[in-house]
Amino acid sequence: MLELANVDAGYGGFQALFGISMSVKPGEAVAVIGANGAGKTTLLRIISGLLPMSSGAMTMNGVPLREIPPHKVIATGIAHVPEGRRLFPRLSVENNLKIGAYIPSARAKFSERLAFIYELFPRLKERRSQLAGTLSGGEQQMCAIGRALMSGPKLLLFDEPSMGLAPVIVAQVFELVRRIRSEGYTVLIVEQNVRQVLKFADRGYLLEAGRIKTSGTAAEMLASDDIREAYMGL
Amino acid sequence: MQCELDIFFLEAVLNGLLLAGLLALLALGLNLVFGVIDVVWICYAELVMVGMYGINYAYKTGAPFVVAALFGILLVAFAGLLLHQLVIRPVLESAPINQLLVTGGVLFVLQAAATLAFGIDFKTLGIRLGSLNIYDMSFAYSRIITFAVASAAMLVLWLFLSRSYIGIAIRAIAQDRQIMPLMGVDHRTIYLVTSAIGGGLAGLAAVLMVLQYDIYPQIGLQFGPLIFMICVLGGLGSMIGGFIAAFLISEFIAIGGSCFATEWGYAIAFLFFMIVIFIRPQGLFGGKA
Amino acid sequence: MMRLSRSALIGLAVLIALPFLIRFFFAGSERYYLHLLIQIFIWAFIYTGWSIMGRFGLTSLGHGAFTGIGAYGCVLLWNYVGLTPWFGIPIAIVAAVLVALLVGYPCFHLRITGHYFALLTLALTELVRLCIVGLRDYTGGSLGTQPKRYGDGFSLYALQFETDRVISFYIALALWLAGLVVWMWVDRSMDRYALEAASQDEEAAASVGIDVTREKLKVTAISAAMCALGGAVYGQYQMYIGPDTIAGLGVSLNIVFAVIAGGLWVMLGPTVGAVFTQVLSEVLRVTIQSTAGLQSAFGSSVLALDTLIYGLLLVLFIIYMPKGILGTILERREKKSASARAAPANAV
Repeated sequence: MLELANVDAGYGGFQALFGISMSVKPGEAVAVIGANGAGKTTLLRIISGLLPMSSGAMTMNGVPLREIPPHKVIATGIAHVPEGRRLFPRLSVENNLKIGAYIPSARAKFSERLAFIYELFPRLKERRSQLAGTLSGGEQQMCAIGRALMSGPKLLLFDEPSMGLAPVIVAQVFELVRRIRSEGYTVLIVEQNVRQVLKFADRGYLLEAGRIKTSGTAAEMLASDDIREAYMGL
Repeated sequence: MQCELDIFFLEAVLNGLLLAGLLALLALGLNLVFGVIDVVWICYAELVMVGMYGINYAYKTGAPFVVAALFGILLVAFAGLLLHQLVIRPVLESAPINQLLVTGGVLFVLQAAATLAFGIDFKTLGIRLGSLNIYDMSFAYSRIITFAVASAAMLVLWLFLSRSYIGIAIRAIAQDRQIMPLMGVDHRTIYLVTSAIGGGLAGLAAVLMVLQYDIYPQIGLQFGPLIFMICVLGGLGSMIGGFIAAFLISEFIAIGGSCFATEWGYAIAFLFFMIVIFIRPQGLFGGKA
Repeated sequence: MMRLSRSALIGLAVLIALPFLIRFFFAGSERYYLHLLIQIFIWAFIYTGWSIMGRFGLTSLGHGAFTGIGAYGCVLLWNYVGLTPWFGIPIAIVAAVLVALLVGYPCFHLRITGHYFALLTLALTELVRLCIVGLRDYTGGSLGTQPKRYGDGFSLYALQFETDRVISFYIALALWLAGLVVWMWVDRSMDRYALEAASQDEEAAASVGIDVTREKLKVTAISAAMCALGGAVYGQYQMYIGPDTIAGLGVSLNIVFAVIAGGLWVMLGPTVGAVFTQVLSEVLRVTIQSTAGLQSAFGSSVLALDTLIYGLLLVLFIIYMPKGILGTILERREKKSASARAAPANAV
């Protein structure tokens, strides 16, 4: 579904990603792990178009992404749940969801998707008129996920969904992602919480200083000594 | 100075309220553009002036008033679009002061062009609507209509901003511009739409003003600074703030004007403005300072 | 103190000899050319005054207020109190500086910058203009007023000199030079570095001990004083002042435009701006008046054509040449010499 080949990217004079090659197959749950500053968030921004890549190729279901302007990426079926949720604080929950359905193909299905989201997240339905800025961390995460789902994507990008959330909530969030995955969505998660994300994903990539150091099935990576030592404190 | 709490005082207060409608409408356009695009159109009053001349031209060449009005609104909406596309866009990334100065340049251009095209004589549509007389108070119908239309326009705008996709996108982009592409929103489109709406509101204001005021090229200097002041007082970008600030300032002008000479009403309003800003620099409802 | 380069000394000598050169070459139209030069120098002084604030990011749209206070203060004190401008001007300057500090202190203390600052200064200039018009019994309202002529119009006591253009020229020249000296003084002072640091990042500057508010107030006071002085001298020369010619938003924008056109960060930039704007006005005026076709088309609206071109140029300058004429020229020269210096190294 999603293919990256030899992608380089950076900010101004500073290169953040070096020759990234990876793929995500339909129905998979793929994890990208690595330390702070390894380039995980940059990677997601490249995919969703927020940051342009300097060289390399990237396709989504065969459609080359490099030439597409950022706001057209969503139409290829990629939805990005940004780091820190990034809800619109002074819009209501419902309006945050509504803006997720901005693209023409999503507007037609707005009502039924909204109903689906409210079924998935009953708490959001309760708070539909509340300003998004007043929600709790976990609720905001639900709303951000819901907003991404409103566009009817095929691939969901999660940028550090557990960041800034209490452990109890983190478990709930991963439970949600699991549920979404079982609805048929393909998922690419960038996470610092290695244990949680590898328990849930099929495959993983380890990013270190902008390069892919290792990759493999989640089980392989969980068992790997390097990873256990460096990233799980064992 | 004649200032007793009599019927004339009440008349002044109510006239102030009616004036507030117009000023609030004007402030609305400016606040919208600032809140979304983060630019202040220093030439906003001049855009209104262009609208007034446009309506005058259409009307004098035989169009019925409503058609001329529509023409005026569309004309200024288009002007807003052009302003953004040709003048604002090139300087969007540079220092805010450049954006102010560039619209200052447009201010000169519009004033001068109007002088060259139409001369400095006052023009008027010649529409007289008479007044409503209750008790001993007299209220011009043109002002009442202005208030009603302005209020209706603001209501329509509010509905648009809270219900429609583009309206929500406009509000969203003012809160977090960077992630808009993630939802498929092209910020350039939103900016253009916002500029057109800002212009359209100025055009509507022009329609209301031709009913009350004569047209001349420098008219922008009369109310332009006033509108900026109202917007800053209410908090740049806050539409509710603009509303309330418009009301406060109008009352100062109306009451000050009836008790003293007209200029002093304005002067007191400006003074009030400066004092409030010193107490609360971001304005009454402003977010960023 | 300051070492003047050779070219600066030659330039200075030429300027001092200028009235005599003009008398020699343009015998008949001497008064006209002197008038033009006087305008240039007085406005250049005012523009330089503004730029002392403007170069540090304190872009005020309100300096029309200070020129207005300077001009009206001086004239009103003369007309109604009989106070000689020798005292009247300093008083007007003090008044302008007080207003500047009064408005400036809360602004800087509360960190009001950018849009808000510009609009606040705009409000100030409007306030002053409204007061001028409102006090119409004294100020003549929108029609303006004149300082009462003392004797035959040439008097040291009344500081009126308009009748002798040569003396006026030297006064204007001295004023302009004084302005440049002040600019240089600010440029070489520690305040300059403090303010540049502050204009980049106020918090960082404050954290190294810079009293940002005090620094800003200093330049504001200097700037306001210069503009007030300039406004007063202008009034004394023109022998006429009006709320729109020496005060108000129009004047404020004119000042900003001229400085932007000439070059904000360069000492002689505002002067170039003054030359540019005044010469442009004159060229337009003369061209229109001497060309029959244009005369009938634009005759009475020369001022408007002026303004139209200014406006267009302002827009174009901001978009394409934000460093102004002089600034861009200097920048290009810098680049050329930098690449010339680099070339030999590359060759090796």
